[in-house]
Amino acid sequence: MAKDYGEVKFFGTVGSPFAKRVQIALDLKGVQYTYFEEDLRNKSELLLKYNPIHKKVPVLVHKGRPLAESLVILEYIDEIWGSNHPLLPQQPYDKALARFWSRFIDDKCLPAILKAAFTANKEEREKGSEESLEALEYLENELKDKFFGGESIGLVDIAASYLAFWLPAIEEAVGLKLLTSDKFPKLHKWGQEFTNHPVVKKTLPQREKVVGFFKARYASIIAASK
Amino acid sequence: AMSVDEVVLLDAWGSMFGMRARIALEEKGVKYEHKEENLSNKSPLLLQMNPIYKQIPVLIHNGKPISESAIIVQYIDEVWNHNTPILPSHPYERAQARFWVDYIDKKVYPTWNKMWRSEGEDHEAAKKELISIFKQLEETLGDKIFYGGDTFGFVDVGLITFYCWFYTFETYGNFKMEAECPKLIAWAKRCMQRETVSKIIPDEKEVYNAVVEMKKELESK
Repeated sequence: MAKDYGEVKFFGTVGSPFAKRVQIALDLKGVQYTYFEEDLRNKSELLLKYNPIHKKVPVLVHKGRPLAESLVILEYIDEIWGSNHPLLPQQPYDKALARFWSRFIDDKCLPAILKAAFTANKEEREKGSEESLEALEYLENELKDKFFGGESIGLVDIAASYLAFWLPAIEEAVGLKLLTSDKFPKLHKWGQEFTNHPVVKKTLPQREKVVGFFKARYASIIAASK
Repeated sequence: AMSVDEVVLLDAWGSMFGMRARIALEEKGVKYEHKEENLSNKSPLLLQMNPIYKQIPVLIHNGKPISESAIIVQYIDEVWNHNTPILPSHPYERAQARFWVDYIDKKVYPTWNKMWRSEGEDHEAAKKELISIFKQLEETLGDKIFYGGDTFGFVDVGLITFYCWFYTFETYGNFKMEAECPKLIAWAKRCMQRETVSKIIPDEKEVYNAVVEMKKELESK
């Protein structure tokens, strides 16, 4: 008989990379949940009730109790649905490394990429590109197996999903070249493995929509600077 | 044969982040070597052990480095798990504890930084924001003895180390924490009654003097 884990509700948006992280984890673990698609320009009462602090997606509500912040949610999901597709390593040191690299992606990689793509000032954009390449280099050196999690997808891979899917979309939308196969052979291959994983593929949004979104964002940045 | 743990902590005087790691080690009764860095002249060891951020604290356990104070404290709790748990035992409470330490890290220091580096309207806005952040943290505490409930835990460790910086915040911001957040001050005083905390947290006036010196140095460049 299947174990009753209790009711799971998940609040996200199709476009949010952070919400997608949580969705990928839930789907990898085969968790049953009810999905609520939010309109961030018109946030639902439920979202504001469940995440009054940051008022953002993703929010996970398990047995009526809400959690926010994607990395916090991912660890919680891994603890509750532990036996299905574990995401974190067992050993404390490896755990610490996984947490470090996940934070690195949020604290260093993402801001650099956004600076490289969505800043009007050319100097700032170039600085962003430099910082992005530096950050990608660290990840390239860190990647030793098929995935950051080893043979299977782990916490860091899910955190890095931005680099596998959203970064290439940004590159196409604004005409940037950052994660190239000649500079980052392992990371580039990893990106393809990750996005082709059957569960991940099903969960990710439509690429054309995402490229379109970034094109529009880029256009508005350029327009605002004139 | 029993192997001896080699534990080194790279720290800097006055760092609320370094203090977190020290309190955690003290709570667990772990013997460690405390190395104080001069951040304007970082040691080769620090640069080797934390090449990405080049920041303290870094915990070096049997030669292997761990960076980022929240990650270090969780590591300490997981390795030395024989006594005094720091993280809650229930997954939901654990997640909430992680959420609030993340909140502290995202909000407190960056807002303080904004406040002391700005003037006029920007300064006032940052000051208001800083006070509202502490009011939120006070609300989160509620009527509990500690953030961990009856026991001193992860969020307590994460926030108490800012206590010695309150005088600095107050002086640069021209407000009184006790007036704005009396329950938070009461909580801090409870934490300070713990020996593991009081032996680590420095005097707030000394912190203020060090910050004044630092500002002078920055302004002279």
